[in-house]
Amino acid sequence: MFGPLIIKPGTARNNKTGSWRVESKPKFLQKNCIGCKMCLLICPEGCIEGEGKNTYHCDYTFCKGCGSCAEFCPKQDIEMVKEK
Amino acid sequence: MREFLEGSRVVAEIVKLCKPGVISAYPITPQTHIVEELAQFVANGELNAQFINVESEHSAASVVLGAVATGVRAYTATSSQGLFYMAEVLFNIAGLRLPLILTCANRAISAPINIWNDQQDSVSLRDSGWVQFYAENIQEVADFHLIGYRLAEDKAMMLPVMVCMDGYTLTHGIETVDMPTQEQVDKFLPAYKPLYKLDPQEPITMGHLADPDYYMETRFALQRTLEDALDLIPKITLEFSKVFGRNYNGLIEEYRLKDAERVIVAMGSVCGTIKEVVDELRAKGKKVGLLKITAYRPFPYQEIYGALKDIPKVGVLDRALSLGASAPLAAETKAVFFGKKKKPQVISSFIAGLGGRDITKDAIKEIFRLLTTKERMTEFIDLKPELLRESY
Repeated sequence: MFGPLIIKPGTARNNKTGSWRVESKPKFLQKNCIGCKMCLLICPEGCIEGEGKNTYHCDYTFCKGCGSCAEFCPKQDIEMVKEK
Repeated sequence: MREFLEGSRVVAEIVKLCKPGVISAYPITPQTHIVEELAQFVANGELNAQFINVESEHSAASVVLGAVATGVRAYTATSSQGLFYMAEVLFNIAGLRLPLILTCANRAISAPINIWNDQQDSVSLRDSGWVQFYAENIQEVADFHLIGYRLAEDKAMMLPVMVCMDGYTLTHGIETVDMPTQEQVDKFLPAYKPLYKLDPQEPITMGHLADPDYYMETRFALQRTLEDALDLIPKITLEFSKVFGRNYNGLIEEYRLKDAERVIVAMGSVCGTIKEVVDELRAKGKKVGLLKITAYRPFPYQEIYGALKDIPKVGVLDRALSLGASAPLAAETKAVFFGKKKKPQVISSFIAGLGGRDITKDAIKEIFRLLTTKERMTEFIDLKPELLRESY
């Protein structure tokens, strides 16, 4: 008999971590973005996408609302806003 | 072919015949001869394996864990403090469901430091998820390495096996052993085909975090698999007997139990001495016998019940302690009979041979003599009261 042991890659996609958000979520203003990719690189869920200035956005299905992207953005172009 | 060989040499030769791809070990008395021989085989080109030198037993166990995880048959051996240093990794090997053989050259545990034989080291790791076989003689040591690999790598098992051999008595003792040929071993033990392995082309994760939603099922599966092994072990030993001609059931051995009134339960090399005493006392008309436990994990409850249910007086001989409580083998033997209608009138518990103190034939006779209707709790045999004092 075997329990859950061996994990194939990609299974993290099944965990919809967006449900972990309690208070706030990032809002990508896309105004002063210089395309430095810092938000994409710092995101622990890897749920930020974009290519070039003022294109970055995140997938709220997985965003845990940790706020790292907003904290690290050198242009303060990401704001944490209240969850509705 | 029958050869006159040292126990450690036999283990090394048998492991060579099993063709492991990776061997890693750290030398510790009395296991040293085994891994020295294997290192020699690899250096001489007699064995096509990697012998990985490491700085500790923790690393040795980690190396063989990694090797089996990549789908390679692996081997390690250790003893006493070394086994304890491996402990964390041993639980991991079982938890990761990796088949492996470890030879434990049984030795006492510090402090005080002692390099001689008892079984405290492996008995202390009984909860690790490893199968544990205790060998009576060097032939059994050889055979249970072969049986062990077959069992460990069985697709229903995928669990590690520890072959326990009493330090010095078996590691350094010399006996005539029927050594198998490569053809026989290949017939009984085909190349290891892993069910899963670490492979960059097809990546998987082993040993991931299992939160409260998942952890319990992994432990349940281990428990069930080891319980099921009680059925699997006799099937594998039957196949073993077809190839090699020696019969074991792999769980217990009953020695002159028919009509016996007093029986000793024991594990390991002391069973040889007990058999001799049983023969002597039987010749004088005393109705005595021996129940040898070969598989300590999984623990063969049904088989022990069947063997002892009609025996009036049973004495369990432990060569290890569970300090502050009943000795391990005694406690579990008693547990076999809880709530049963048929059971021995008395199950007494005896401790002997700790830290290499000889268990002589007289010591065995003393145990039979003390097997009366009075229950004995952790009664130490051959204790020297002159070395003890009540206050410092």
